Amino acid sequence: MLTLSGVGKRYPTGDRALTDIELTLPKGQVMALIGPSGAGKSTLIRCVNRLVEPTQGSIRLEGTELTKLSGQKLRQARRSMGMIFQEYALVDRLTVMENVLSGQLGYVGFWRSFLRRYPQEAVVEAFRLLERVGLPHAIDKRADALSGGQRQRVGIARALLQSPKLLLVDEPTASLDPKTSRQIMRLIRELCAERDLAAIINIHDVALAQQFADRIVGLRAGQIVFDGLPSELTSEMLTTIYGEEDWDTTPEPLDDEADDSEASSYQRGLPTMAAGSAR
Amino acid sequence: MSERADMTRVQTRQQAAQRGQWRRLPLIENPRLRWGLAIGAVIYLVLALASVEVNWARVAEGAGRAVNFLGAFMQPDFISRYDDIVAGLLESLTMTLTSTVVGVLLAIPVGLGAARNISPLPIYFICRAIIAVSRTFQEIIIAILFVVMFGFGPLAGMITLAFATIGFMAKLLAEDIEDLDWRQVEAVRATGASWWQTMNHAVQPQVMPRLIGLSVYRLDINFRESSVIGIVGAGGIGATLNTSLSRYEYDTSAAILLIIIAIVLLCEYSSSHVRRWTQ
Amino acid sequence: MPVSTNSQGLPVWRRRTTRAQWLQYLAWLAGVSLFLLCWKMISDNTMWVFVEDAGRQGADLISRMTPPEWGYANVLWKPMWDTINIATLGTAIGIIMAFPVAFMAARNTTPHPLVRSAALMIIVSSRSINSLIWAMLLVTILGPGVLAGIIAIALRSIGFVGKLLYEAIEEIHPTPVEAISATGASRLQVMNYGVLPQIMPAFAGISVYRWDINIRESTVLGLVGAGGIGLQLNASINSLAWDQVSVIFIMIFATVLVSEWVSARVRHAII
Repeated sequence: MLTLSGVGKRYPTGDRALTDIELTLPKGQVMALIGPSGAGKSTLIRCVNRLVEPTQGSIRLEGTELTKLSGQKLRQARRSMGMIFQEYALVDRLTVMENVLSGQLGYVGFWRSFLRRYPQEAVVEAFRLLERVGLPHAIDKRADALSGGQRQRVGIARALLQSPKLLLVDEPTASLDPKTSRQIMRLIRELCAERDLAAIINIHDVALAQQFADRIVGLRAGQIVFDGLPSELTSEMLTTIYGEEDWDTTPEPLDDEADDSEASSYQRGLPTMAAGSAR
Repeated sequence: MSERADMTRVQTRQQAAQRGQWRRLPLIENPRLRWGLAIGAVIYLVLALASVEVNWARVAEGAGRAVNFLGAFMQPDFISRYDDIVAGLLESLTMTLTSTVVGVLLAIPVGLGAARNISPLPIYFICRAIIAVSRTFQEIIIAILFVVMFGFGPLAGMITLAFATIGFMAKLLAEDIEDLDWRQVEAVRATGASWWQTMNHAVQPQVMPRLIGLSVYRLDINFRESSVIGIVGAGGIGATLNTSLSRYEYDTSAAILLIIIAIVLLCEYSSSHVRRWTQ
Repeated sequence: MPVSTNSQGLPVWRRRTTRAQWLQYLAWLAGVSLFLLCWKMISDNTMWVFVEDAGRQGADLISRMTPPEWGYANVLWKPMWDTINIATLGTAIGIIMAFPVAFMAARNTTPHPLVRSAALMIIVSSRSINSLIWAMLLVTILGPGVLAGIIAIALRSIGFVGKLLYEAIEEIHPTPVEAISATGASRLQVMNYGVLPQIMPAFAGISVYRWDINIRESTVLGLVGAGGIGLQLNASINSLAWDQVSVIFIMIFATVLVSEWVSARVRHAII
């Protein structure tokens, strides 16, 4: 469904963020993108919806060449790709409902959105999504009154209100505690299954990636160095992706049922998770 | 509004959203207050606009002058009144510089006196009164009084600007002192320092960068003001500008205005440098 | 280095190096000479006979200003109403014009760098020229009256509001803006949903602050014929009716105090 071929990105400063990326994502597949900071994970998913302009190669979504689009056409393409952000990226001073409804912006005209007169079906769907992510009571709260996990749920609802074919997820759990992280990942996973959505998930946490993704792609210095099933990700492979580290030494295994305060104080280091101790 | 009423309101809004009916939360919750304010604003606007008398014949007559004036900006005339412009400009610049220096020097004791945390109550009230009087009256009104007292010429202008500077600087300085880091003051006091030593070692280092920044900013304001107080006879480029306008010599006026804009730009540019350098 | 060794081989600490110390002396010397030079120019242009007389003149002025001729206040209500209208309508018009200018001037929302420099030019020209000068220009063009005052205040406010507003726009969080663009929103929708909510508090604060300043400025616009209480002030000064002038001063003082109180309250409520 999504095909990247020969995609490269060079920033005006001369830094090469991505080199010759070849990637094909079938319908309904949840793919995790792992790699050290600065490997180009964020750049890659931002190239797909053109928040960052790729400098080379082609990106096709269901036959449409995305790199050539501009103006109205680009906006139409963007609305079929929902994006979920690391720091939630909600508009703090708008209410939860307004934030969710902003997922409809690609579909309604300026004056409708300015006056907040959304079509009835959009509002019904927005409320249904809020119920699905478990926040129907918060519709009139301001976004900055929510906790981190709640905000990310609103972010997910916003992305889904676009009725996307593809989800681009940028570090969804980076600012969340371990328990909330798992809840959020599970939610994304379930929603993808319900709606038969493909997803690219940038994630630092290798154990979460292994647990919730169908496929893992490892990125190092802007190049794909691993592409395979979660079970194929070995310690040697992690060394190729991240560099030398003792991947097998683990302190106490992380208990899924651990109570909240304990879980949040737990250090989520990469080595811990990589050993597959979580499951 | 009681908590119960609040709860039912939220529930009604949720049920409405479920049916697809959702309106933005009003800015002011109480409908009576909301409509009252809106109607009040409209009534004020109507009354205010109705009391503006416009002599359309005179406006039409002036349109030609407006065109002349815009034309003059394309061809400003620096030459024919060159001597007047240079004299006025020099006077403005000298007034600006001396008044800023004198004003800032005088503002420092007033500012110290107007800071509630370091000065006794009677002094505090006296200093606050000086600040209030100096800030309330426009420079030009003060200039009128000083021109009567000191005669026409730049001295009256300089005293005016210095007086206005006192109010401006002292207020900001006092606010700055009021929220300085008190622990540093205590630390210096704890070494057995006298009042003067405390000022020098604990207060001065904390407020100095901002004081310098504000002085440069005030220099900029004083120059702009010096271009108008000439209208009432207090010297400077304002007098030259006033004369040229009343003689309908728009090309000369345009030249003066362009010079003022250029100098203000220069001031602003250098002040941003000074501020970066003092940080 | 600030720490050096003296002839006995003991370390000596000084705040600055010798070179820096001398440079500092030189800078002070240059500054003081410049100040004295300026002062000399001013004193050359001053009739010191008048200045020696200043104390007596001041005392004379005060004696003529007191007691204020309170009856004159009845004449002042209409001019005061005009003054407030000049400030309020002028601020409103200025804000409406400053809004698009600020969006064009902010680095992150400008459609094109050329548009940005044009917008910055508008802001600088509007800021550099005092509202009284704007009023002088407009009075020659539109004729004396409240209209010239309103437009003068509006033109001056564009620069002030525009500058503070574009700085606020440049300081917003970029991620919500990115998120809104990622939904496929158009440019205007991104402004409306991503940028506007973030700058709203700053915008309201700036507007009220400018209104407060404009009340002050509109009290003197009448001196050049642009309407308001300044007209009365000018007339009273020209006829040397200082007891009326003092009534006008008291009125202005009271109005400015009230406007400052209102603006402080509103800003407090917003933040």
